Amino acid sequence: MDYLVRNPDTVLRLTGEHLYMAVVALLIALLIALPLSMLLLRSKPLATFVLGILGVLYTIPSIALLILLLPFFGLNRNSVIAALVIYAQIILVRNMVAGLQGVPTAMLDAAKGMGMTAWQRWWQVQFPLALPVILAGVRLATVVAIGIATIGAKFGAGGLGTLLFDGIAQNRYDKIVVGSVVVALLALILNRLLLAMEHYFEPASRIKRAVRPVRSVAAAEAPTAV
Amino acid sequence: MSAIRFENVTKEFSNMARSAVDHCTLAVDKGQFVVLLGPSGCGKTTLLKMVNRLYEPSSGTIYLDGVDIRQLNVNKLRRQIGYVIQQTGLFPHMTVAQNIATVPNLLRWPKQQTGQRVDELLALVDLPPAEYRTRYPAQLSGGQQQRVGVARALAGNPEFILMDEPFGAVDAITRTSLQDEMITLQKKLRKTILFVTHDVDEALRLADRIVIMRNGKIVQYDTPLNILNHPADAFVKELMGGGDIVRQLGLIRVEVAMQKLPADFHVDGQPTINCEQDLRHALSILLQPGATALLVLDQQTPVGLLTLDDLRTAARAQSTAALAA
Repeated sequence: MDYLVRNPDTVLRLTGEHLYMAVVALLIALLIALPLSMLLLRSKPLATFVLGILGVLYTIPSIALLILLLPFFGLNRNSVIAALVIYAQIILVRNMVAGLQGVPTAMLDAAKGMGMTAWQRWWQVQFPLALPVILAGVRLATVVAIGIATIGAKFGAGGLGTLLFDGIAQNRYDKIVVGSVVVALLALILNRLLLAMEHYFEPASRIKRAVRPVRSVAAAEAPTAV
Repeated sequence: MSAIRFENVTKEFSNMARSAVDHCTLAVDKGQFVVLLGPSGCGKTTLLKMVNRLYEPSSGTIYLDGVDIRQLNVNKLRRQIGYVIQQTGLFPHMTVAQNIATVPNLLRWPKQQTGQRVDELLALVDLPPAEYRTRYPAQLSGGQQQRVGVARALAGNPEFILMDEPFGAVDAITRTSLQDEMITLQKKLRKTILFVTHDVDEALRLADRIVIMRNGKIVQYDTPLNILNHPADAFVKELMGGGDIVRQLGLIRVEVAMQKLPADFHVDGQPTINCEQDLRHALSILLQPGATALLVLDQQTPVGLLTLDDLRTAARAQSTAALAA
């Protein structure tokens, strides 16, 4: 841990690069996954097909995938981000589809029957109800992205992987230890944060947060005329 | 002019051999409580869902207050029709108040007006607003959830209300008390209601008129008493419970069978019965010594008289109908 104490700037910079890759990749992945999931909800055969392809992509080893992407994005962090976007897709899309499908049809019927437009149904009913499951996907994808971004260092993308690969090359165990511990911490912290968010949006926890108001006489005697 | 009118309405689904709804023509008067009754798959829910255009008819036309509903904006149309389904229809992530405020919010009512309306409706369905406003549906019993469902349907002050087996998922005792409240509520509000059920007792208790459906067709459309007395065919007779007269008496409200108060009538300590009670209950009082006639009360006001003869008339009508069929 001496390394960390002596080089806080370097570790901080590498952590920043690492986070940047993961966060940008996740944002792009979300922008693709959301419309894709909504499309897949409309057709079951299409959903099976697309989820199958994404599943196959997920099984490609990260180094192989990165090498495949190099000709398109160059030897820099763009290739790494592209790889992360691809890996995140299957996790995000699968959870979004499951979450949105989990909203009972009767509830959507009620929303429709009361005169909500398609957009209002989406924002006021479908999305909030699916949110905990969607966030679970985001959380998983984040942890995966933090892990895979580590090998970005091999492809000129920087990040905490730099410490690991340098450590191996220079036989510096202190670098390796600091690199692994910080990557693990990063994943753990983000995991906790997103988990807290997930809980926050679950209906059950909304109930716990709901404050029981004191019963007021005036309100209890509200007029009954219609 | 009828409030709701179906004209030769047919609905076909691509995955069904016969029409779900088959050339139905039906006129519902303003302020009537009409129950659509029939076995599952008879088309009653499909017929209901065409009124707020959750389904579009394959052919035929539906008129609300004389206006073809296809000429109205679909969301505007739905916002002026209350809609109640089984309890799953409440939004679990919204409080009771937010649920009830759904339609007022869609109609962009001012916040204060919506708040007042929510409290008014909660009081109307017997849930003290201060206590229930901020609760979530999961914190309510099945019966309470259903009352919130009714309050939500009434929120936009609609003229029409569609109810799709609203009390189907609650226990028998709660269902009976919800039905009682529904009767009281309708007395106050006089909305035009279409109510789907497969529960004959429920239909007989609630309906001004009953539509009996089978295989997508309307078999009979009449008052509960007339349907009991003159079932259109063997299917209707079977559905309504055959010839068990005493049971059927238990399903007819006193006000249906009573005679008008004679002009020279004066209140003289007669035993009384509420006009919403059933004839079976009336019978048990009439069989007690000294009770020759019951004074029928509507909220403490005498409105009619019920004698054993009136009961016998109703019962005889039953048995002749039973013999004839």
